[in-house]
Amino acid sequence: MTIEMEPQTTPEVGGMGHSVKRKEDPRFIQGQGEYIDDVNLPGQLWLDIVRSPYAHAKIRSIDASEALKIPGVAAVITGKDLEGYKLHWMPTLAGDMQMVLPVDTVMYQAQEVAAVIATSRYAAADGVAAVYVDYEPLPVIVDPFEALKPDAIVLRPDKGPDKQTNHIWHWESGDEAKADAALAAADVTISQDIYIPRIHVASIETCGCVADWDPVREQLTLHMTSQAPHAIRTVLALVAGGAGLPIYEHNIRVKTHDIGGGFGGKVPVYPGYVLAVAASFLTGKPVKWIEDRSENLQADSFARDYHIHAEMGATKEGKITGLKVKTIADHGYTDAAADPSKFPAGLFNVITGSYDFDNAFVEVDGVYTNKPPGGVAYRCSFRVTEAVHAIERMVDILAHDIGKDPAQLRMENFIQPEQFPYTTPTGWEYDSGNYGAALTMAMEMIDYEGLRKEQAEKRERGELMGIGISSFTEIVGAGPSHTFDILGIKMFDSCEIRVHPTGKVLARIGVQTQGQGHETTFAQIIAEELGFPVSDIKIEYGDTDTAPYGLGTYASRSTPVAGAATAIAARKIKEKARHLAAHLLEASADDLEWTNGKWSVKGSPDRFKTIQEIAFAAYTNHPQGMEAGLEAVDYYDPPNLTFPFGSYICVVDIDKGTGQVTVRRFVAVDDCGNIINPMIVDGQIHGGLTMGFAPALYEEITYDERGNNLAGTFMDYLLPTAMETPAWETGKTITPSPHHPIGAKGVGESATVGAPPAIANAVVDALWHLGVRNIDIPMTPQKVWKILHEKGVAP
Amino acid sequence: MTTQHVSVTVNGEVREADVEPRLLLVHLLRENFGLTGTHVGCDTSNCGACTVHVDGVSAKSCTMLAVQANGSTIKTIEGMANGADLHPLQQAFWDQHGLQCGFCTPGMIMQSAWLLEQNPDPSEAEIREGISGNLCRCTGYVNIVKSIQQAAQQMQAAESAPAEPAAAS
Repeated sequence: MTIEMEPQTTPEVGGMGHSVKRKEDPRFIQGQGEYIDDVNLPGQLWLDIVRSPYAHAKIRSIDASEALKIPGVAAVITGKDLEGYKLHWMPTLAGDMQMVLPVDTVMYQAQEVAAVIATSRYAAADGVAAVYVDYEPLPVIVDPFEALKPDAIVLRPDKGPDKQTNHIWHWESGDEAKADAALAAADVTISQDIYIPRIHVASIETCGCVADWDPVREQLTLHMTSQAPHAIRTVLALVAGGAGLPIYEHNIRVKTHDIGGGFGGKVPVYPGYVLAVAASFLTGKPVKWIEDRSENLQADSFARDYHIHAEMGATKEGKITGLKVKTIADHGYTDAAADPSKFPAGLFNVITGSYDFDNAFVEVDGVYTNKPPGGVAYRCSFRVTEAVHAIERMVDILAHDIGKDPAQLRMENFIQPEQFPYTTPTGWEYDSGNYGAALTMAMEMIDYEGLRKEQAEKRERGELMGIGISSFTEIVGAGPSHTFDILGIKMFDSCEIRVHPTGKVLARIGVQTQGQGHETTFAQIIAEELGFPVSDIKIEYGDTDTAPYGLGTYASRSTPVAGAATAIAARKIKEKARHLAAHLLEASADDLEWTNGKWSVKGSPDRFKTIQEIAFAAYTNHPQGMEAGLEAVDYYDPPNLTFPFGSYICVVDIDKGTGQVTVRRFVAVDDCGNIINPMIVDGQIHGGLTMGFAPALYEEITYDERGNNLAGTFMDYLLPTAMETPAWETGKTITPSPHHPIGAKGVGESATVGAPPAIANAVVDALWHLGVRNIDIPMTPQKVWKILHEKGVAP
Repeated sequence: MTTQHVSVTVNGEVREADVEPRLLLVHLLRENFGLTGTHVGCDTSNCGACTVHVDGVSAKSCTMLAVQANGSTIKTIEGMANGADLHPLQQAFWDQHGLQCGFCTPGMIMQSAWLLEQNPDPSEAEIREGISGNLCRCTGYVNIVKSIQQAAQQMQAAESAPAEPAAAS
């Protein structure tokens, strides 16, 4: 079910609203993609990494002598070697410090301890096995609440005499006094602890790079898996500058090639990248580093790990009046989140969600533990999934507590369409929305009333069936320069368009596809604006020597920011084309009008010039006084964020004998504003739903009390297969963003954000009559069976 | 380390190499033969990005040694198209948006081809089970299932269609 948007261009042109088949696919379906491990350079060496078996330990000594005897092993690099270049620490994107290699202490299991450089992949692995490290185990802190106790050992003594604590930062938003007053005055108050566990994006391609330092040209080319190549280039230049190395930003070229999934995990700078650069600098040869899956699952940055305590107040009729939330954020041993610098807890204060109430207060405290860096995204804009999970669980608990249907309670609390732009009690200005329309469509698609009847009948028979709703509001498209930066770099994004004389187009963008289909959708934006057919437009990205500077693709910011830049750059070209057309038509520019890829004389539709004719003239017959050529660039600074939303409803059946939860149906109605390519939007939602389904039921990175990672392979960290994954049903409403040039909002992550609470709400709904108020995700058979057993339902 | 001689027929072409006995088949294909369409996504045979056909049988090439494949006939994603003509599965994955980042796609297509050889008319449940050894993180599988259904229909239609009459000379 979809509210249709009528395309304004022909299918041949393929502008917005057309399901244009993807331009990037021919190479992928024929095995001709070029992912990082497909890049091989002449004379290339291999880098492999010795990792710590302990979560916290002193390094007494490192003996590489046996490793160096292995044929093919060229060198072993340790933290002490890097210390000589001041390269043993590097800054994180959150402004904390992270070890490249430890000089004396390891802080988490699988931390990098030494790098082996060899002539082949296998020799490097042999070398890793032969490096002997003598460790002295130290006490381990896995639990952030333990870390905050006054007598806890201090994990980061390097932070200076004023910061001898495991507490990293405190952040708060909203008005505490007003929230307290609202809760005190409420007819009904509910409170709930909710843990959002540590998870890992686990893109099917792991991370890696080929660092290529050319000592003659003093040029560093870094082929790497990065969602943010320009930011990486700048960070590399700053790190090299700090180390006194002669590697300057104009001589650094970051190339990303094709990326096999990112989801936030390929935003940070990992030690392996820096080690490969250092090794190439030392050897003068290209050095390749490709992590294996276990390294990826144990050492790369993690998401979530939020311990939330929420309190909500409401009238006895169920009108929400206040919300108060206190959260402990486990960041592991360093804050390596990629959050904008003013937002250490991301945009978590979007936690008031889709609901209209005046009083809210949110506080978050970041904490160090002996875990790998946490706090990167898992396919969501900065901490939005945690916020949405909390509010959608709380609303559902409130509904069940006062005995009101959860759909009805949402309808009665939604911000209404006429209230937009709507300022939330934590200060965000929502751009547009029609929350009731999305929920109504979802209820019709799934036959909500019929399901409630079926559920009542089944409950009579003792069968466990639940229905769960999530009516989420996202906050994406970071962001306006007055508020948003990463390491000081403002979060604009960019597009440069060049129209060639024969009417073909090359456009370069500052964002970086990892499967989103930018080569197609950005061409469609240009086709929409200028009338060139999509087939005549080539989109390039991922080469910092050629693409304009941009902050990259994460937090659903490509369409909201770079998509806007693309439309604006195209409009600059259209304006120049108008003056060229006026010259060609011997008319006044003011007398021309634009229709379907042509400038024509108002009232004389026969007198026109096509954009292709105008492009040719730009190089062959431009008027005196006008610059030749037809090019434009735009660096877009968004005036606000965008706020996609949707309503999801799912039905679960629970096996009383095993605790197995089966998602029988899942309907997702999304509103991402105007749609560039409906096929791609649906694909983004299917994938996002699956990455919401996964942590709801399967995925969790757990640690034992010694800090051992218990989910370090795909045998233990369960990605859903086609067997478990539901056949997703999607619908759309369209509420354009009023401030975005093409009215779009971004869609890549909505479903990952919205899906988990729908599933959690359904499972709790199935068990509420047994006295179950909350189950933390993942709702594994073991966890659910234990509850059923305690309640006397399961044997 | 001593090496062993391996001779295999890959996509119709005899390829030879002297390799360490421990070399994985996927590395023989990717690094010795330059066929980088076959990918590595895990170390535990879970993800299926490395799926190829060995003597007509779907195999995870990261879990097989190159020397074990000696003398065998191997088909990889690079051998699926017939010149400029895409294999029906390749065409269907493109038509149905059955891929996003593309990293799992070669393995997914190879596994799907094996599935359709075994069962030319699979139900949705049989398709989902048939590709359950191949992980995709992007698509949510919906459009992969549609792609395989489209290819199955096309391949069956081609199978049952009368042979094209010889061109008049």
